[in-house]
Amino acid sequence: MAKADSQKLWLSGNEAIARAAWEAGVTVASAYPGTPSTEILENLVKYNDVYTEWAPNEKVALEVGLGASFAGARVLVTMKHVGLNVAADPLFTASYTGCRGGLVIVNADDPEMHSSQNEQDNRNYAFAAKLPMLEPSDPAEALTMLKEAFELSEKYDTPVLFRTTTRLAHVKGMVTVADRCLGPVEVKVDKNPAKFVMLPANARARRQVMVGRHQELLKFSEAYAGNRIEKGDKTLGIITGGVAYLHAREAMPNASFLKLATSWPLPEQKIRDFAASVDEVIIVEELDPFYETHIKAMGIACTGKEKIPATGELNAAIVKKALTGEGPELMAPVEMPMRPPNMCPGCPHRATFHALSKLDVFVSGDIGCYTLGFLPPLSAMDSCVCMGASIGVAHGLTKAMGGDQYKKTVAVIGDSTFLHTGINSLANMVYNKSHATVLILDNRITAMTGQQQNPASGETLMGEAAHAIDLEQLCRAVGVEHVRTVNPHNLRDTRTVLKEELERDATSVVICRAPCVLIPEMRRKKVTPLTISLDQCTGCQACVRLGCPAISWRPLSQTEAKELGKPAKQKGYTVISAEMCNGCGQCQQLCKFEAISEVEEG
Amino acid sequence: MKPSGNILFSGVGGQGILLASEITAYALLATGLDAKKSEVHGMAQRGGSVVAHLRYGDTVYSPLIDPGCADFVVAFETMEAVRYLPFMHKETKVVVNTHKIAPPAVATGKATYPDDILTELARQDIATFKVDGFDIARSVGEIRAANLALVGALSSFLPVSEEVFLEVMQERLPRKLDENIAAFQKGRAITSA
Repeated sequence: MAKADSQKLWLSGNEAIARAAWEAGVTVASAYPGTPSTEILENLVKYNDVYTEWAPNEKVALEVGLGASFAGARVLVTMKHVGLNVAADPLFTASYTGCRGGLVIVNADDPEMHSSQNEQDNRNYAFAAKLPMLEPSDPAEALTMLKEAFELSEKYDTPVLFRTTTRLAHVKGMVTVADRCLGPVEVKVDKNPAKFVMLPANARARRQVMVGRHQELLKFSEAYAGNRIEKGDKTLGIITGGVAYLHAREAMPNASFLKLATSWPLPEQKIRDFAASVDEVIIVEELDPFYETHIKAMGIACTGKEKIPATGELNAAIVKKALTGEGPELMAPVEMPMRPPNMCPGCPHRATFHALSKLDVFVSGDIGCYTLGFLPPLSAMDSCVCMGASIGVAHGLTKAMGGDQYKKTVAVIGDSTFLHTGINSLANMVYNKSHATVLILDNRITAMTGQQQNPASGETLMGEAAHAIDLEQLCRAVGVEHVRTVNPHNLRDTRTVLKEELERDATSVVICRAPCVLIPEMRRKKVTPLTISLDQCTGCQACVRLGCPAISWRPLSQTEAKELGKPAKQKGYTVISAEMCNGCGQCQQLCKFEAISEVEEG
Repeated sequence: MKPSGNILFSGVGGQGILLASEITAYALLATGLDAKKSEVHGMAQRGGSVVAHLRYGDTVYSPLIDPGCADFVVAFETMEAVRYLPFMHKETKVVVNTHKIAPPAVATGKATYPDDILTELARQDIATFKVDGFDIARSVGEIRAANLALVGALSSFLPVSEEVFLEVMQERLPRKLDENIAAFQKGRAITSA
């Protein structure tokens, strides 16, 4: 471990990537948080001599990366898989401009959708944008390959895509670390319009440069030591890469392997030679038949998705079962209540969704902790697609339905998501006249990914004070005349304002503002938990319907009810866990029997 | 041949599972073994079921434990031990916290917490070691030390000496070291008897 050999550390994939970026001499890094990529910049900020920032979205982050690369810096840009959709516009043309300083884009896919709305396979982007993509299998490879990615970027004048998945990003393993070395490119303004101004005449010329580059990258891929053959039994040859390699290696220890580290372009001759050296070729890859499609197009006989699942993540058992039909007999699962995630005790979003659950409205939702408002008992979300979609979806719904549907349509979006890609849609609502109501759930932070700062938080990733965007003024600036702010913890006010704004014959915004309970200032605050008086509780369940983790229902039998001096028909009572309660007071406002009060000191 | 094994940590987001699995992993690494650990962050941490896979041995390839292959299950919440029954085999040892946390359907009165849930493990003849983590934590004066009590109970079964665990705790625990060590030793006493 660390003590015995200072060159070895036990790091997660994300920690290893941050370390590698520092070792590679990265001086600029930009990202928007997204699971499972977030911890890369959270770790990189701890190193000296690197400028790191949270951008408002992934498109901005990549554009920042491009500018820094044009200036000659080595740059890291990170995002989750769906973030690359947002950044796809600069990505495709960055493939034309190429770079000066090495530019590596870490893209984190999420097979199994542990924390995502889809499980798209972003290896397809490498093919479509004609960019090289490297894909390590574990933290040790992530560290060495990320450094190689910068050399690749500079040598071939290309941004490099670096693909990770959840089971690399959030897996810890042993890595070998080294010192920092700076990149070879001089940082300066280097005007080169033929390369950097992508109007048609220049772009046509750069397109030809890309064609030549692809040929050179093919040669690189053939020679790259990361694309390695592990000779074993000749009867079965497995072509695999990324985390799938580890599962396959464990499932079929005696097989021959071609482990691919360049997901794009593929080393065609190496694949041909490998295929010729074995009796049967099986492709083991997670998600899409990406290698398989391209290897089949080479005219090489192989089997892939006929055997290996194309959805969800793999493990060794799935691979073994698919290839041998063997697997252990498993003990049957026991039926028991599920334990889905929930908003925290004291979360301001809970109050907003409680109000929405009482109204007959279509709630167009968005991506963040508040997506959990979908779950029972609040069950107050009717659609959720991607970052920023809530406002556009609400607008489209009112246009299709016509009439006074706007009185029954609400968009719900967080502060960070609103600044990510929501603001454009709000401008559209005003411009194209829809009167739905937009709720900005402003908890001052990007909460779901672990409390990252955003342009409305007043602080940067590097801990400096910064301008905090005034959301009220911003909404007014795009033309919303009716902007109101409520404290969602005040249930009555929130309900009243929501009802008034829903009725309004104009675009309106309600900013529901209360800080996330997990931000440091809130954690430091002294909390007085609440308690329920058993004598006064009538078992009406009004508080239970908030779905707060601190509140529990205790069922009573008729006899038990009598023993407690309750009416026989009282079905139970509620209790508040003093350890979990953070004293937000939402339940207290709902109790008509004044049974809820602060725990007495002492 | 070096010893190898699979440890599955399960519980509810916020119970200190990451720290517990981290201490265990560093202890295994300190004895010269390879180890990989897989966690889930993001959405899954908001009070939902949380699981961490820790695998150790000569060389560890896959970061995931296959169903039917967990040699140890360390459950920070009672029901969360039984949820992972499909990961167990006949020789699996389960260290389980007797502390219960109601999942949302139970807390809202839509379902009941199955009181005798651990009989499901007994029915499969799985060796189960109960640890009252909450009680131990209270007794050592650090309410958050329950996770170290569970690590202590697990430690008796691992190819790592108690001294190595103590060294790792001294190196890795930011505060309340004495309380955490006391909780570890109380947990260890349950399984080393």
